[in-house]
Amino acid sequence: MNTSFLDYYSIQPVTNWIHETLCSVMPEALAIFIECVVIGVIVVALYAVLAIVLIYMERKVCAAFQCRIGPNRVGGKGGLLQVPADVLKILTKEIIRLKNSDNFLYDLAPYLVILASILTFSCLPWNKGAQILDMNIGVLFVLAASSIGVVGILLAGWSSNNKYTMIGAVRSGAMIISYELSMGITVLAMVVLSETASISGIVEAQANGWNIFKGHIPAILAFVVFLIAGNAEANRGPFDLAEAEQELTAGYHTEYSGLHFGFFYLAEYLNLFITAGIASTLFLGGWMPFHIAGLDAFNNIMDYIPGVGWFFIKTFFVVWLLMWIKWTFPRLRIDQILTFEWKYLMPTSLLILVLMVVLKVFGLVF
Amino acid sequence: MDIKNKISNIVPNAEFKEQGDLIAVVPADSLHKVAEALRYDKEDAMDYLREIVGMDWGETLGALYYLESTTSHNRIVLRTETSDRENPMLPSVSDLWKTAIIKEREAFDFFGIKFIGNPDMRRLFLREDWVGFPMRKDYDLKSNELNMSNEVNADTTEEYSLNPDGTLSCKHNVVFNPEDFVVNIGPQHPSTHGALRLRTALDGETVKKVDPVCGYIHRGIEKMNESLTYPQTLALTDRLDYLSAHQSRHALCMCIEKAAGIEISERAQYIRTIMDELQRIDSHLLFYSCLVLDMGGFTPFFYGFREREMVLDIFEETTGGRLIQNYNMIGGVQADLHPDFQKKVKEFIKHMRGIIHEYHEIFTGNVIATTRLKGVGVLSREDAISYATTGGTGRASGWSNDVRKHHPYAMYDKVDFKEIVYTEGDSFARYMVRMDEIMESMHIIEQLIDNIPEGEYRVKTKPIIRIPEGNYSASVESSRGEFGVFLESHGDKSPYRLHYRSTGLPLVHALDSVCRGEKLADLIAIGASMDFVIPDIDR
Repeated sequence: MNTSFLDYYSIQPVTNWIHETLCSVMPEALAIFIECVVIGVIVVALYAVLAIVLIYMERKVCAAFQCRIGPNRVGGKGGLLQVPADVLKILTKEIIRLKNSDNFLYDLAPYLVILASILTFSCLPWNKGAQILDMNIGVLFVLAASSIGVVGILLAGWSSNNKYTMIGAVRSGAMIISYELSMGITVLAMVVLSETASISGIVEAQANGWNIFKGHIPAILAFVVFLIAGNAEANRGPFDLAEAEQELTAGYHTEYSGLHFGFFYLAEYLNLFITAGIASTLFLGGWMPFHIAGLDAFNNIMDYIPGVGWFFIKTFFVVWLLMWIKWTFPRLRIDQILTFEWKYLMPTSLLILVLMVVLKVFGLVF
Repeated sequence: MDIKNKISNIVPNAEFKEQGDLIAVVPADSLHKVAEALRYDKEDAMDYLREIVGMDWGETLGALYYLESTTSHNRIVLRTETSDRENPMLPSVSDLWKTAIIKEREAFDFFGIKFIGNPDMRRLFLREDWVGFPMRKDYDLKSNELNMSNEVNADTTEEYSLNPDGTLSCKHNVVFNPEDFVVNIGPQHPSTHGALRLRTALDGETVKKVDPVCGYIHRGIEKMNESLTYPQTLALTDRLDYLSAHQSRHALCMCIEKAAGIEISERAQYIRTIMDELQRIDSHLLFYSCLVLDMGGFTPFFYGFREREMVLDIFEETTGGRLIQNYNMIGGVQADLHPDFQKKVKEFIKHMRGIIHEYHEIFTGNVIATTRLKGVGVLSREDAISYATTGGTGRASGWSNDVRKHHPYAMYDKVDFKEIVYTEGDSFARYMVRMDEIMESMHIIEQLIDNIPEGEYRVKTKPIIRIPEGNYSASVESSRGEFGVFLESHGDKSPYRLHYRSTGLPLVHALDSVCRGEKLADLIAIGASMDFVIPDIDR
C-alpha cells in the first residue's frame, strides 16, 4: 500500500525547525525548558477548550435525544456562549470550607483527579509527530496514570465527612478498579495485534488498515468491551452510580463547590474524551486517514484532511456513541455492575485476548 | 348472617347508628374482641382497615374504625370512645391490621389517645417535643412557641401496656441501634418526591430498616376545615394530592352532596368522570417520568412530560388551572366545558395511542430496567391488604381494590373498563399497572366523550350549606389509591370533623417491609414505583 502520506502528515519537520531555531539563539537546556512550558500551556488550554466543546456537545446531543432544543439564548442562535458563561460563573463561586472535614485531603482530591486526567490526556496521539508523551510502554502508562483518578475520588468521598459521599466513593472505587481489568486486557489484545505498546507505534501499525478491520472478530469484540469498560471508567451513565443524583444527591462530590467542583466536572468530560481518544487510537487508527485499498483517487481526497482532523472526527464519533448510550439507558445497580464485570465482561475479554493471540500466531489477521 | 347480628352476638350492648354510615358503637374494652371476630370472620372477613379516624366528642375521646371486606366489599364502621380525657387509652388493633400501627400513631399525635399494645407510639407528624394535642377541641392554639431548634429524633419507640392493677407501663422498642449506619434521606432530597424523610439503616449497600419521618409540610388542613364552611373546605382538597386534585375534590363534593341531599345533573357526572380519568392519565404519565428519572433515565422523563403537557393544556382551557384546577363544586362543576374540549381530548387520545409504544421501547423492554424492577421489592397480597396499600400498588400484588368497580360512583357503573390486576407484587408489576391504566382511562374517556348530555353543569345550591347531624363518608379511586372523605356533622355550617384518607401514608408505611434486604438504589426505585405524593400524606 502507498504510505507516502505518512511523510506528508508528519509535523516533525516543523517541530524540528522550531527546536533548531531556538537552539541557535539560546543554550539547548533553556530551549527545551521553554518548549516544555509552551507545550504545557497548550495542553492545559486545549484541555479547557475541549471541556467547553464537550459540555456544549453534551447539552445539544442530549437535547436532541430528549425532544428539546438545548441552550439557545446566550450568545446568538445556538447558545454558543452558554458554556463559557457557565465556566465564568463557576470560576467566581466561593469554595466553601467544611467543618469537621479533613481539609488537606479535601483540597487535594480534585487535584489528583485532574492530574490523572491531564496526564492521560497528554498521551493522546494528535498527529504524526505530535504526541506529547510518547514512550515504548505508552498504553501501560495511560492505564497507570488514569488509575490515579480513583484515588482522588476515594479521598474526596472520605474527606468530605458525609455519608452520601462515602457511599459514592466506595461505589466508584469498587467499579473503577473492577473495570480496569477488562480495559487492560482488551488493550493488551490490541498490543498483541500491533506488536508494540508504544502509542505512536500502534497508530503507525495501522497505516495499512485500522485495527478494527485487521483484527476482525476479536478486534470488534474488544472494541465493544473497551467502550463498556471505558464508559465505566469515566463514571458515565449507565455506570454513573458513583454520583447517582437520585440516590446520593451528587455522590462523591456532593460537598464540593466552586472551582473544586469544576475540576471534577471538567475531569468527567475530559475522561470521556480520553476514553474515546484511546478507543480511536487503538481501534480506529488514531490520526490515520480512512483508506480503501485500490481506490487511489478516493484515498487522495481523504489525505486532504489533516491527521489532527481525522483524530478529532473519530474521537468525537466515539464520544457521540457514548453520549447516545448515556442518554438512553437507565442506571445500573452496584451489585449488577460488579456481577456484569466479574462474571461476563472479564471472562469475555480474557477470551478475546486468547483468541487474538491464537489468530496472530497462526497469521489469521490481516 | 347480618353484620349487625354478628356484632350483637359478641357485644350484646352494642348500639347502631344509621345517620349516614352504619356505625356500631362498641365499648372500648370489647373493641378488640369485635375487631378480631370481624377480621377473621369465616364468611366475610373484614380484612381491609380503610381508616382510623380519631375523634374528640367533647366529653369523650375516641376513634372510628372504617372496615371493609375484600371479598364482598361490605363496609362497617366501629365507634369506640373513652371518657378519660387526662390519660385516654384504647386497645390497639395493630395486631389485626398492620396499617393500624401508623393510623393509631396519627390518632395519638393529634388526640393523645394511647393505643395499648401498639409497638410504635411516637408522634407521626408533629415534633417530638410538641406540647398538647392539636385536634382536640380544647387545644390552646398558643401553647407552642415558634421553635427554631432542630428536632432530635429518638431512636426508640414507646409501647404501652396495661398492668393488671390498671396502671400503665411503657416499654421502649429500638428503632436504630447506636452501631447502625443510618443514612438520612430527605426531607430535601431529589427522589423522595417531596418533603419526606426516610431514616435508612444500611449494611453496606443493603437496606436494613427504613423509618419514615413525616410532617415536614403538614398544614393542619383537617383542623382548618373545622372552622370553614363547606364550600370553603373544597379549596383545600386540591392541595392534598396535587396529582389527584380532581378526584380528591370529587370525593369531598360527593360526600357533601350525599349528606345534604343534593342531586347533580348527568352532564356534571359525565364531566367529573372524564376529568377524573384525564387526571389519572396526567398522574400516571408523571409517575412514568419520575420512575425512570429515579432510575437514572433522563430521556424517557421528557417523554412523559411531553404528553402530560397536552393534558394540562386541556385542563387549562376548561378550568383555568393546570396543576390545581379548583373545578368540582358542590352541585356540579365550576364552569362549562370549553368548546374545544371534546376535540382536544380526542386528539390527545389518538396521539397517546400512537406514541405509547415509544415509552415501552425505551424503558419497558430495556434489559437494565427489567433487571432492576422484576423481582425487586415484592409486596405479597396479604401484606398489601394488611398495610392497606390501595391503588396500583395493591393491584400489582393481586388485590382487586378498585373503588370504581366495587363501589361505583359518577358514571363508572355505565362504562366498560377492566380493572388492571397483576399478581407479582414487584416493582415491575406496579409499573405495568400504571401503564395499563393509562390505556384503560383512555378507553373510559372514549366511551363518554361523544355522549356528554346537554343540561346544567351545576345545580344551584345555597351559599351556606348545613348538613344534618351524622357521619358521612365517600371514597373515590384517586390516581394512587382509595381516597376517602370522612365527615362528621353536628348540623352546623362547618364540619365537626372532616378527615381524609391519605393514599400515600400506607405506601410509606409499607416501605420498610418492602425494602428490607434490597439495595439502596432499589429503595429509590421502589419508592418511585409505589408512587406516593407527600402533601397527601402530611395534609
